[in-house]
Formats: sequence, structure tokens, C-alpha cells
Amino acid sequence: MALTGLEVFKLLPNTNCRECGFATCLAFAMRLAAKKIEAEECPYLSEEAKEILGASAVPPIRLVEIKSGDKSVKIGEELVMFRHEKKFFHQTAFSVCIDDSEDEREITEKLEKIKKINFERAGEILKLDLIAVKDTSGDKQKFCKTINLIKNFIDLPLILFSENPEIVTVGLEEIPDDKPLIYSANNENWEKMTELAKKYNASLAITAEDGLKGLSELSERIKNKGFENIVLNPKCRSLTEILTNYTLIRRLSLENNYRNLGYPIILYLENEDNFINSAVGICKYASIVVFNDVNDWEYLPLLTLRQNIFSDPQKPLQVEPGIYKVGEPDESSPVFVTTNFSLTYFIVSTEIEGAGFSGHLIITDAEGLSVLSAWSAGKFSGEIVGKFVINSGIENNISHRNIIIPGYVAVISGELEDSLPGWNVYVGPQEASDIPSYLKEVWSKEN
Amino acid sequence: MEIEIPIKKWSGKIRAVTIGTEKNGITIGGEDTLPFHHFEGSIPNKPIIAFEVQDIYPSDWLDVVKEPYGEYLKNPIEWAKAAVVKYNADMVCLNLLSTHPDRENRSADEAAELVKNIISEIDVPLIIKGPGSSEKQNQVLNKCGEAGAGKRCIIASAVEDNYKTITAACQAYGHIVVAETPIDVNLAKQLNILISDMNFPPGRIIIDPLTGGLGYGLEYTYSVMERIRLQALGGDAMLQMPFICFVGQEVWRVKEVKVDESVEPLWGDMKKRGICWEAATAITLLLSGADILVMRHPEAINIVRKSVGRLMEK
Ligand code: B12
Ligand code: SF4
Repeated sequence: MALTGLEVFKLLPNTNCRECGFATCLAFAMRLAAKKIEAEECPYLSEEAKEILGASAVPPIRLVEIKSGDKSVKIGEELVMFRHEKKFFHQTAFSVCIDDSEDEREITEKLEKIKKINFERAGEILKLDLIAVKDTSGDKQKFCKTINLIKNFIDLPLILFSENPEIVTVGLEEIPDDKPLIYSANNENWEKMTELAKKYNASLAITAEDGLKGLSELSERIKNKGFENIVLNPKCRSLTEILTNYTLIRRLSLENNYRNLGYPIILYLENEDNFINSAVGICKYASIVVFNDVNDWEYLPLLTLRQNIFSDPQKPLQVEPGIYKVGEPDESSPVFVTTNFSLTYFIVSTEIEGAGFSGHLIITDAEGLSVLSAWSAGKFSGEIVGKFVINSGIENNISHRNIIIPGYVAVISGELEDSLPGWNVYVGPQEASDIPSYLKEVWSKEN
Repeated sequence: MEIEIPIKKWSGKIRAVTIGTEKNGITIGGEDTLPFHHFEGSIPNKPIIAFEVQDIYPSDWLDVVKEPYGEYLKNPIEWAKAAVVKYNADMVCLNLLSTHPDRENRSADEAAELVKNIISEIDVPLIIKGPGSSEKQNQVLNKCGEAGAGKRCIIASAVEDNYKTITAACQAYGHIVVAETPIDVNLAKQLNILISDMNFPPGRIIIDPLTGGLGYGLEYTYSVMERIRLQALGGDAMLQMPFICFVGQEVWRVKEVKVDESVEPLWGDMKKRGICWEAATAITLLLSGADILVMRHPEAINIVRKSVGRLMEK
């Protein structure tokens, strides 16, 4: 559990000796609580204080990193139960499973699909993060061959999906410079698996039959061997159990400082309810979801859900106000105006470009609000937009005086015309997806 | 280390609200814990999905959504019947869109007539949704409230600038009122207080926190609903109402459901993608506390209904 500044202060001698470089112990305590400096900077800490501070410095949910070359997936380190309290930190990593018993052609096809999944949405790239290699064949050679096939095709960190330490060993030897995740250790194989994970710098998922208790006992045994890069796989028989166990694990580690379960969670989906279960996992604390297979049409909604849930609740993603070029506009290209909410900006610019048009897109300062939210909040009135347009200097770049506004704020057109003398205000469509047809059917005929 | 399972008991409880008559009544709400936290509280009633039915042919709906209803769409009574008979709707939401002055501007009497007919033809509880435009909203919902007197319908919606007439109609004719506010804890509470101050029983208010579709502001609603629920369970009586979310109307207008796979091959089958979009939006809202979801596509509804079943297993 993180300590507050005052709690840290109580552990200090309060002599204000300044050796730490701060004027007072209190100032030092505040910086330390904010994790801006190290406790060692104060030479006068008691042993007891060191111990308490040491424990508090460990995040309640451990950071685990899965790596391949410079591609790294980080999970864990979460600090809250609900996203309104603070941004959820590391987003759920998506992984698709490749089965080593499939033939080369099938595997290549699957990999090709995985590689193509790459959507740009609101300025972010949405894609898959990990590939799991499953040892269904039970054949070491096939396992290695599949790993190589994957590695040659795509550079993503791997999950070695096997409970057989011998197979895991050859897999690890195949990729000695990576830091894969081994999935998984259980009550039978854990000692060997722990040794392997240690030796090869891997992380280790653990599975236990006996609910949270079994999981906690196993993680403790592994921790006692000096290994801590653990990922939890609570066995769940129903959707309710997923929700319950994941919530309890998060709560135990954050609120009860229960160390044995202070690790990220992995959710493996093998049945037909993949879509719903993964949606629940994304909202409720799964750090990795592994799909046996995903249908094409499910990627975009699931990746969008992840984007939503892991966005920052305190500040909407914004773009800088100003004039943006869409395509290669010249002095006769149309002028559009909208707000600086990232989502809005990206949607609108994509549509203009997608229509095969170039344009000048004026982005006003609306504190990152959508068009109607901004208008309701008084940040996108005709007057404000008008002033912004004039100050933007756009008049020097264009030979016409026509501006297209979002259809949802048709009501500002009169006021906007008043504040933009000599300009014509065009009310565009309500939905950006209708911009292409608007440009072709209305705009092109009049301009 | 023994695990002590940390159980949370809350002092507050969401009010149970019964919609419909003695014969067809459905109760929602009544939970004293967070959504689907069966391990630490009681959730006596499951969330319900209402089928959206419009009083006019939905010419702006995508073919994907129109297709399952076919010819029925031409007649709202047939449409509502199909929802109940063919798709086992638990509840129907009649959207009186055509009464809007900017649309067909149909009269309140016409709308009331339709309400009467629908009530006599289908035997599930009804949500009556007005056109939104202030003056007309009052006329239409008042008349329709009268037409459905005693049937304990849900009347949507009262808003901060326009709640008195609608609340009075719900009072007079024994209905449940939807209090709609834009994604804000304090605004939701404030409107519930205003409505209760008219001596309207808080046990007959449902909160519409307003929602955006997946990818279009859904996360704001998700978090506001979580905050409202936490505050309600913490004991705030003026937030202890169930939630209703109008999912279909938000989902089926976003770009990602409208674009065909020939334009965006990587997005996959347009129909299935749209269904997933609606289902994912609904599931997310269920996890933050939705008690009634108003939806459109029967297949999306089916997925969500099955998921509710799974989430209600203890
Ligand atoms: C999420 C949300 C919020 C979030 C803010 C999110 C954000 N960053 O803006 C929060 C919760 C903070 C919020 C606050 C408010 N909100 Co709000 N909010 C929404 C919600 C659900 C979604 C908005 C969204 O993200 N849309 C997605 C973006 C991409 O849409 P967009 O910017 O409009 O862009 C689209 C089109 O306009 C078009 N477009 C955009 N630019 C251009 C340009 C051109 C040239 C063209 C042709 C087209 C075009 O393309 C886009 C896609 O089609 C909507 C309701 C809804 N379901 O839409 C209400 C809504 C916009 N909010 C509303 C209100 C009233 C408010 C508040 C004033 C409430 C209050 N009293 O506090 C505040 C105002 C802000 C403040 N004071 O801080 C109302 C507006 C009512 C109205 N008709 O005017 C709405 C419509 C809800 C409602 N029905 O009452 N809100
Ligand atoms: S070095 Fe330690 S004792 Fe001295 S001022 Fe800093 S915190 Fe206080």
C-alpha cells in the first residue's frame, strides 16, 4: 500500500538537518510519498522505517514485462478498482493462440491475419500484442518449428503455452534473448517451471484448481524460491466466477495488501463465449486475454472497448487547436471547423481524406469536448468559432470565404455569419460518415 | 497466508421497481451490492432488455437491423407483436418519433391511440418514449400516459428543464418516470430531488444517465454509472434508483456499424460486427449497473440475454 506524505513524515526523525537536500523532513516526506526520490537520500532512517518504506515502495500489483527484442508488453501495476479514481494503467494485452499441431499453411494464414490487424482509431493504433504457442502436438520439434515460423513472420512477444517443462525448455532455448511468458505452472510442475523461468528470464503464469486459496499457496511457494514474475490464472467455471475471482484478486491486493495475489491476471478463452467473456475481462481486471480464435468482425469492437476503458478519465484526449491540413489543400480547398476532442478530430479528418478531398480543418479550443458537449458548455458558439477562425489566419491561405460547420450545431450558423463578415456558412451533415457524400453531392456542385 | 475474503456490505440498496400490471409485471432493481457481486450481496432481479419499436417505418435504420423484422416494420402494432411473439421480448419500448415537429408532427391523440392499441395487443410491460422536443414531449406523454392509465408503464423522459408536466402525468396515471440527465452524478441526483419534491414517490423513478455508443463516449457513461451506484449503495437515497440505457439508438448510427466489409475488409462481416457492437455496448453498461437496456437487433439482444443469464448464476 502506498503511504501518504504524512504517514511517511511520521517515520522520519523530524530534525530538519537538510542532509537530504530538502529544507524540512516534511518536504522530503512529500516528495518520497510522491515517489519522486529514493528513501536512501535520508541517512537517518531507522531500520523499522526502512522496512515499512521498502514494503510501501513495492506496487500492490506487480509489474510483469513480456518481451521480444524491443517489443515489450507491460502488465500489472494497477492502483485502483474503478477507472474514475485514476486511469487504468496497463491495458489488457490481446493474444491469439497458435496451435503447433496445425500445418504450416494454416499457421501462416492465421499469422497473416494477425499481422494485418492494425486499426487507427482516434489517433491510436489498435493491434494485437502477443502470440501464444500451444503444444497440442506434444512434439518438441513441432513446437520449436512453430516458434520459428512465428518469429520469422512477426515480431511479437510470445506465450509458451505448455504444462510440460521439457517442451517449455526447448521453446525457451529457441528464443534465448526474449522474455516470454510461460503458461503455465501448476501444483505438479511448478518447481521445474520456476527454475526455467528464472534461468531464461521469463515470467510464469500459475494455475491452481483450488480457487484463490490454491493460487495463493502456489504463488507463495514460488515466491519463496526467489521468483516473482508471476501471472495468475484463476480457474473459473462460469462468467460469474470470472467476475468474482478477478474482483476479489484486485481488491485483496489493493485494499488488503494481500501480497500472494498481487499479480496481473491472464484469461484464456477457449469456448464459444469468447466475445462476451473477453468484454467482461477487459472491463474487470484481466491483464491478458488469450483467444483460441477470433472472428474477423470481433476485433474492432473488442479493441475499441479496450481503448475506451483504458482511456484517461480525467482528461479527454485532445489535439492542439489550430489549422490542420487534410491531404494537400490549396487556396480553393474547402474549410471545415470542429472541436479539439481527439476522437472528433480524427473521425472528421479521416472522412474528408477518405472522400478523396483535401481541406483545411480548423480545430477550435473546446477543452477537448465533442461538438455538442462543447456547444452546450458554451465553448463552441458562433461568436467563439468566428473569432477563432479570424485569428487563425486562414484568410491568408484561401481564395474563397466558405466554411462548413458540423450539422449538429446548425443553430450557430446565423451567429457565425455575423461574426465572420463576408463568409458563407455551410451546414454540413450531422454524422461525419456522411461527409464524403456531402462533398460530392452538395459542395462540389456549388463550388 | 490464509485468505480472508474481503466482503463489502453496503448500507444502501437500489429500489425495486415493478413495471406492468399484476398479470405481466416485471420487477427490476432491489440489489444491495455492485453489479453481479453475488458473493457479497443479494441481486433479487435480473436486468431486462426492451425491444425498441418505432411508431413509423424506420427508414433511417440500416438494412442489417431492419431485416429481421421484415414487413412488420410497416405497422408498429405488428412490429411490437413480432418482438413479443417471434423474439420473446420481455418488454417493448415504443418510440413516438413521428410526433416530433421536425418529423411528421403526428398529434398526441394519434400517439395515444397507438399506445392503447399496443397495450391491448401485447401482454408485456411498455416503455413509452416521447419525441424529446419540449412542448410536444409534454402533450404526447401526457396523452399517452392517460391512454395507458393503470398499466404502470415507463414514461421517458423527464429532463431538468421539462419535468413537471411529465411527472404529474406519471403521478396521475400511475406510471414510472425516467429522469434523464447528461452523464453527471450531481445532475442525476438534482433531478431526482426535483421530481421527488413534487411528492412523486422515489420508488417510481428510473435514471437515464445518457449513454454514447461503444467508441463514442461509452466510457464516460460507464464511469458515471459506477460512481452513481457506489454513492447509492453508500446510502444516498436520491441516487438509489435503477438505470435505463437506450443502447440501440446510439450504436446503430456510428461509423463502425455502417461500413460494409467491401470498403473495410479488415473490419469483417458488417452484420455480425454491428451485432457485436450493440452487444458489447450493452454488456459494458450491464457491468456498471444497467437494469433496463433498450436495444434493436434481435441477435444482439439474444447474446445479451444469454449473458445476463450467465451473470445471474450464483
Ligand atoms: C461523452 C459525452 C460527454 C462527456 C464529454 C466527452 C467529450 N470529450 O466531449 C462528458 C460527460 C464530460 C459530457 C459533458 C457534458 N455534456 Co455531453 N455527451 C457525451 C455523449 C454521450 C457523447 C459525446 C461524444 O463523445 N461523441 C462523439 C464525438 C465524436 O461526436 P462529435 O464531436 O459530435 O462528432 C460527430 C459529429 O458531430 C460529426 N462532426 C464533428 N465535427 C464535424 C465537423 C463537420 C464540418 C461536420 C460536417 C461534421 C462533424 O462527426 C462526428 C461523428 O459523426 C453525448 C451524447 C451522445 N450520445 O452523443 C452527450 C451530449 C453531447 N452532452 C450533452 C450535454 C448537455 C453535456 C453537458 C453540458 C452536461 C452538463 N450540463 O454538464 C456537459 C458539457 C461539458 C462540460 N460542461 O464540461 C448533450 C448536448 C445536448 C444538445 N443537444 O445540445 C448530449 C447530446 C447528451 C444529451 N442528449 O443531452 N458529455
Ligand atoms: S535528511 Fe532525513 S532527517 Fe535530515 S531533513 Fe532530510 S529527511 Fe529530515
